[in-house]
Amino acid sequence: MSGEIVLIVNGKPHTVQAEPDTALLYILRNELGLMGPHFGCGEEKCGACMVLIGAKATQSCKLSVSEIGQARITTLEGLIEEGELHPIQRAFIEEQAAQCGYCLNGMIITTAALLWKTPHPSDEQIRQALDGNLCRCGSHLRILRAVRRAETLLSKVED
Amino acid sequence: MTSQTWNAGSRQSGQTGRPGSGRREAAWGEVTDRLDAWLAIESDGTITAFSGKVELGTGVRTALAQIVAEELDVPFERVHMVMGDTARTPDEGYTAGSMTISGSGTALRNAAAEARHALLVMAAERLDATTNELLIHHGEISVMQHPERSVTYAELIGGKTFNLTVTNQVPLKPPKAYRIVGQSAPREDLPRKVAGQPSFIHDLKIPGMLHGRLVRPPGPAASLVSMDKNSIKDIPGLIEVVQRGNFIGVLAEREEQAILAAKHLKVEWQEAVAYPRMDNLYTSLRNQPTEDTVLTDDNFEKAISTAVQKLHATYYQPYHAHASIGPSCAVADVKGDQVTVWASTPGPYPLSGALAQMLGLPVENVHLIYIEGAGSYGQNGADDVAADAIILSQAVGRPVRVQWTREEEFAWEPQAPAMVMEVNAGLDAQGNVVAWDYHVWSPSHVARARFAGQLVTMQLLSGQPAPQSRFSFGAERNAQTNYSFPVQRVTVHYLGNSLLRASSFRSLGGAENTFANESFMDEVAVAAGVDALEYRLRYMADPRERAVLQAAAEKAGWESRPSPRKDQGQVAEGRGVAFARYENDQAIVASIAQVQVDRTSGIVRVNRVVVAHDCGLIINPDGVKNQIEGNVIQSLSRALKEEVQFDEQRVTSIDWETYPILTFSEVPEVEIVLINQPDQPAVGAGEPSTVTTAAAVANAIFDAAGVRLRQIPFTPERVKAALH
Repeated sequence: MSGEIVLIVNGKPHTVQAEPDTALLYILRNELGLMGPHFGCGEEKCGACMVLIGAKATQSCKLSVSEIGQARITTLEGLIEEGELHPIQRAFIEEQAAQCGYCLNGMIITTAALLWKTPHPSDEQIRQALDGNLCRCGSHLRILRAVRRAETLLSKVED
Repeated sequence: MTSQTWNAGSRQSGQTGRPGSGRREAAWGEVTDRLDAWLAIESDGTITAFSGKVELGTGVRTALAQIVAEELDVPFERVHMVMGDTARTPDEGYTAGSMTISGSGTALRNAAAEARHALLVMAAERLDATTNELLIHHGEISVMQHPERSVTYAELIGGKTFNLTVTNQVPLKPPKAYRIVGQSAPREDLPRKVAGQPSFIHDLKIPGMLHGRLVRPPGPAASLVSMDKNSIKDIPGLIEVVQRGNFIGVLAEREEQAILAAKHLKVEWQEAVAYPRMDNLYTSLRNQPTEDTVLTDDNFEKAISTAVQKLHATYYQPYHAHASIGPSCAVADVKGDQVTVWASTPGPYPLSGALAQMLGLPVENVHLIYIEGAGSYGQNGADDVAADAIILSQAVGRPVRVQWTREEEFAWEPQAPAMVMEVNAGLDAQGNVVAWDYHVWSPSHVARARFAGQLVTMQLLSGQPAPQSRFSFGAERNAQTNYSFPVQRVTVHYLGNSLLRASSFRSLGGAENTFANESFMDEVAVAAGVDALEYRLRYMADPRERAVLQAAAEKAGWESRPSPRKDQGQVAEGRGVAFARYENDQAIVASIAQVQVDRTSGIVRVNRVVVAHDCGLIINPDGVKNQIEGNVIQSLSRALKEEVQFDEQRVTSIDWETYPILTFSEVPEVEIVLINQPDQPAVGAGEPSTVTTAAAVANAIFDAAGVRLRQIPFTPERVKAALH
């Protein structure tokens, strides 16, 4: 039965009406108007729909809203602080790391999760972290360079 | 007509079409010479430029704005592009064939030059000076000796129309003076996209919009037996179930409700055979009736009779999916006989015609507004989903958003056609080619939705299969090589029937033909016992073409020796080269691939791809590099992994497990040598570097392991089968 569900998204609680088994993706996009996460496959195989749940990059296309509880959800929009793009978002612009950009959401979310856990990853760690994120335009090399640039920008922030 | 080709600083038309050139596809449309149709100076001093082409993720929105800003002498940031709106922009047919810069770019450049000239004349009058005394800087015109006497574009004409014709007679800015064109202007869309701001058709919301999903037959030949609407009557938010012929759609208030309704609707279908058996694909293709065109002959029979050695090989290309990361999506709002539709089609005008035909309405009643989708690389489901949304909106009189599922996108989009290529060559005693004979069997590579019958929606509504193409093209692209063989015969065998639904994919037949030609060139060089690079240079006269091949060789550190490489271990290493001039007279590309072949597993690992690239005058160097990287990676994915699977009823490659593509761990380093030719026409860079990859890899596999892969993809199973 449809009911009220409270989700903590980008630092704020939101009350939404939804069936408990509704996938988080549709609530984020259609009820909360957050267009960062995109539908790609609906099978957790491409990464276009990723969000951060806590610090973990998580596909939102099959995840039921009732399973999330009080865990903090951060979307692409939530990386922006006081109107300033996050250093990872800046790094993707600086490296012009996209063609169509439909997969960008998942790439940036995965990078955020990776760099929070592993601030200075090896090339292999970066590639492995991104292996679940598909890109059809072939922007991979730019995305890899953007992760490296993000690493540098983030370590400057820490200094 | 604004027919002048982009040709830096001069007025000659430097581009001639080869027989059956696919450039027709991009040229469809009725381009206007009304200046106001191309650009407007707004009262705030910004420039709105209109293009009938659309942004498919290749960065042309940025490149076209650079062209306008340059010619008009305004800052790049001040130019806003409006693209692909049937109520606002010129009709420029399809965005295809790497033709946006040479087509729309040329038209906008001429329009901007005309506008700049008109503004100078107006300013001269206003400032009481001659045009020769005036200086333009950042959209402000001043008298050279009296800079205090000045007027801005906005003051002269802001918010008003020019009412002028683009004459193509006013002087163009010489490329030497360029400050914006030739720079790597950053993509204007990325700041929005990295921030998650609505950017895609998928993100569009219209007040009162419902969500629609289709319930598809199990295959294209299946037909409806019965449907039980009651099976979903308890689904909350359900508004309507629409059934017309084999077309079934559900409409609900919320997206997840529409998904649920589509999943649970009980429908019985009668299945039917639609396709040949997959293991019989290439025989079935060859057995289709064909219409044959001999592009060149040069008295082949006489020449081949002098050969002392004859070679022959056949190459196979399976169906490939465009495999857009975001499935196709559209929003439609049908109110009585007025239709507004938002779609990511590469052909806004032609599609609006097909949609009007489907509805039996005059074309003026269909207003199509382009909004970007996920990258499509040709014709994916974008046109069909627009028709789906219209049918559902028409049923309820409310705006409707339809998004295809991943499975629908794979199973119902048009695929890149499967093809068979056969090459014969005769050599003399010194290993020189005396005659070259090329055959390709292919359906038309283009079945764009210019007519309602070509839309899947229409086929479901009517129960009628797609009509046969009224014309065929695309298969001839790069069938002919640019090598100076004494005799070259090229025959295109056009199949009336494509077997699976097929339409445009990046480069049309260019990639497949180059795979065959350039693999065979390698086979001939091996037979002659000559280094692959050296052998190609024997047949290359054009200095630009030679320079590109040599630049790639230099960057890659090419070692001259015949293939295969000797003394290889368990993991064999090799390198291969391939060369092409796209469409025989467009961009020039050479690719060199370095690979490792694991003899036990059959796994091919591509470590490095070097590309040298000459596309004439470069508008945006980083944009060109971005396109080349993308072309290399996508075409490598196609060469190593991709093959659409099907059975007799349906396509069975329906997700990322049954249609895997290249992942981050498998992506090679790509090194690019850009050769800029400021005095040559700017030709497209969206496709050319797609064509050389497969052959470069096949040639590298041969160099490494001594086995020749003639069927795409080069899967571990095929490599192992060739080795053992």
